[in-house]
Amino acid sequence: MRKNTPTLKLTADVLIIGGGLAGTWAAIGAAREGARVVLVDKGYCGTSGVTATAGPGHWWVPPVPGAREAAIDKRLGTAFGLADRHWMARIIDTTWTSLPGLAGYYDFPRDEKGVTQYRGLRGPEYMRALRSRVLDSGVTILDHCPALELLRDDHGGLAGARGWRRQAGGQWQVRAGAVVLATGGCAFLSRLLGCHTNTGDGYLMAAEAGAELSGMEFSNYYCIAAAHSTMTRSMVYGFGEYTDSAGRPVDLPQGPGFTDALGRALLRGPVFCQLGAVPTDLRERLPSIQPNLMLPFDRRGIDPYRQRFEVTLHPEGTIRGVGGLRVVDSDCQTGLSGLFAAGDAASRELIAGATSGGGAQNSAWALSSGQWAGRGAARQALATGTPQGPLQGFNGLGLGQGRGQDSSALLARIQAEVHPLDRNLFRRGSQLERSLRALDNVWDQVQQGPGADDNPLRAREIVAMAATARWCYRAAAARRESRGMHQRSDTPAQSPAFDGHLRTGGLDQPWTRLDAFAPLEAHA
Amino acid sequence: MLELIFNDRCSGCGQCASVCPTNVLTFTGNAPQISAPQACQTCFMCELYCPEDALYVDPDPERLHHPDPAQIAASGLLGQYRRDSGWGEWAGNPAHQNEHWRMDGVFALARTRAGG
Repeated sequence: MRKNTPTLKLTADVLIIGGGLAGTWAAIGAAREGARVVLVDKGYCGTSGVTATAGPGHWWVPPVPGAREAAIDKRLGTAFGLADRHWMARIIDTTWTSLPGLAGYYDFPRDEKGVTQYRGLRGPEYMRALRSRVLDSGVTILDHCPALELLRDDHGGLAGARGWRRQAGGQWQVRAGAVVLATGGCAFLSRLLGCHTNTGDGYLMAAEAGAELSGMEFSNYYCIAAAHSTMTRSMVYGFGEYTDSAGRPVDLPQGPGFTDALGRALLRGPVFCQLGAVPTDLRERLPSIQPNLMLPFDRRGIDPYRQRFEVTLHPEGTIRGVGGLRVVDSDCQTGLSGLFAAGDAASRELIAGATSGGGAQNSAWALSSGQWAGRGAARQALATGTPQGPLQGFNGLGLGQGRGQDSSALLARIQAEVHPLDRNLFRRGSQLERSLRALDNVWDQVQQGPGADDNPLRAREIVAMAATARWCYRAAAARRESRGMHQRSDTPAQSPAFDGHLRTGGLDQPWTRLDAFAPLEAHA
Repeated sequence: MLELIFNDRCSGCGQCASVCPTNVLTFTGNAPQISAPQACQTCFMCELYCPEDALYVDPDPERLHHPDPAQIAASGLLGQYRRDSGWGEWAGNPAHQNEHWRMDGVFALARTRAGG
């Protein structure tokens, strides 16, 4: 970082870190309260994050008698005790009332019957619409301004954040009464489409300040894609006919068992797919439904309807997993006063439990938790006023001169533990312990500061991913049972001894704590 | 990964360098350069936002394929994503309407076929 470039210093009521789906909705929610809002994005608010490259549906249930109750009951069946029907009802309602408000920014299409379709939006257009609405709300957006650490005032209170202006040069500092972390989940730089901005930075910054995480053991979701591509869009794979190297059929059940069956087949050898069963009229429509879906085939010269192509599974970590920062109140505040979490940066146990919420529930959560966190942050900041006096950080690792191992080598060592199917999708206690020892060795290097040339962001990303990997596996090792996506061959049954939420945190010495489910309350 | 920039098509607007979420491009003077190819996450956002269809992203995120620029220029692949998305001059074109809402129906059709 060039020392001679003056730091850009701004003052706001609310600082939002991350400009994806949750961060933009948070900015809208905060500005609606009359707060001065600054949103910083590591990349570009509009293309950053996993929504921009996808096409999210939303959990979309009309307020007709019984419909929402039925949708919630169905989903509670796969939450295995970790979700809460009141939080589910909240996101269904907030989603239903919020999306139509984007009309004017997003051109909601109508179906053949002339009914306006709100439920699913194309990612690039959705994020472009949200950026426009955020700007129209009077929010200041700083693109290419990754946050490096949170800041505190003389009394130890949260007071903003500072970071790097990676295109303009120099640093930025935002003094703010409240901060919303909307930094996304962490897939450890896998090939999942659009995930390279999501490296767990928010988890790290919050943990340094003393916040807790929850549900980090539920971090092993995988998604199918054509091999040597990033196109993790699963829509057509239900039509697939699967074969092994010798051309023998591989039987993959459609539905919840698909990923596990594909994972087991991939551990035996390459798996190929052919899409001959996709109806002809649908083939012609596909580019209008998902314009990026066919790009890898067209550009590799593959006709997927007539030719076999190799498939793989890309790890999603906590992105379509569940774990994240623990929120302790209805405003999505973390345990730390003034620090809020939204979207995949927050734990989604409350709305998904032990099974991935998938795109639809997670989008409804991002939209809803974003607005709640933004509103909560605005109200708190407007009540307490702007922090005064000198500001300092939380002595984060990787912020100084790096003397440790090269960041690419450290990344490879982290990925070697968290990406392989036989270490993460299919778990067992002895392997989790081996991986934890390997990650402890990575952490010893991380403590010396990863060597990352003159890129301060890369060093912090390595620290964040190393910490996140340890939290995921520490929690997975502590939950000595199988529940939802967390399946262990050494403890294959669900156990009432683990009826609770696993909290985790700490950096040099990661810890876990099981908070047993509260006794059933008499909710009306 | 992002492989090619066609300078003969580029208007120098700088949009690609602004929108790239992983900062692959540097905009110096009036032309973009691929300054950090290994940082590319193969998300195709630069192509979508380029009004001149002057960029080409190979779908392989693991290694560079060094495609032949003349071949790519003649392939009809430049601007494919932007056209199919109905952006820019394609807006309002009936062949490129946003039919994303059909996604749920496609998933349902696949389930019916599988008997699930």
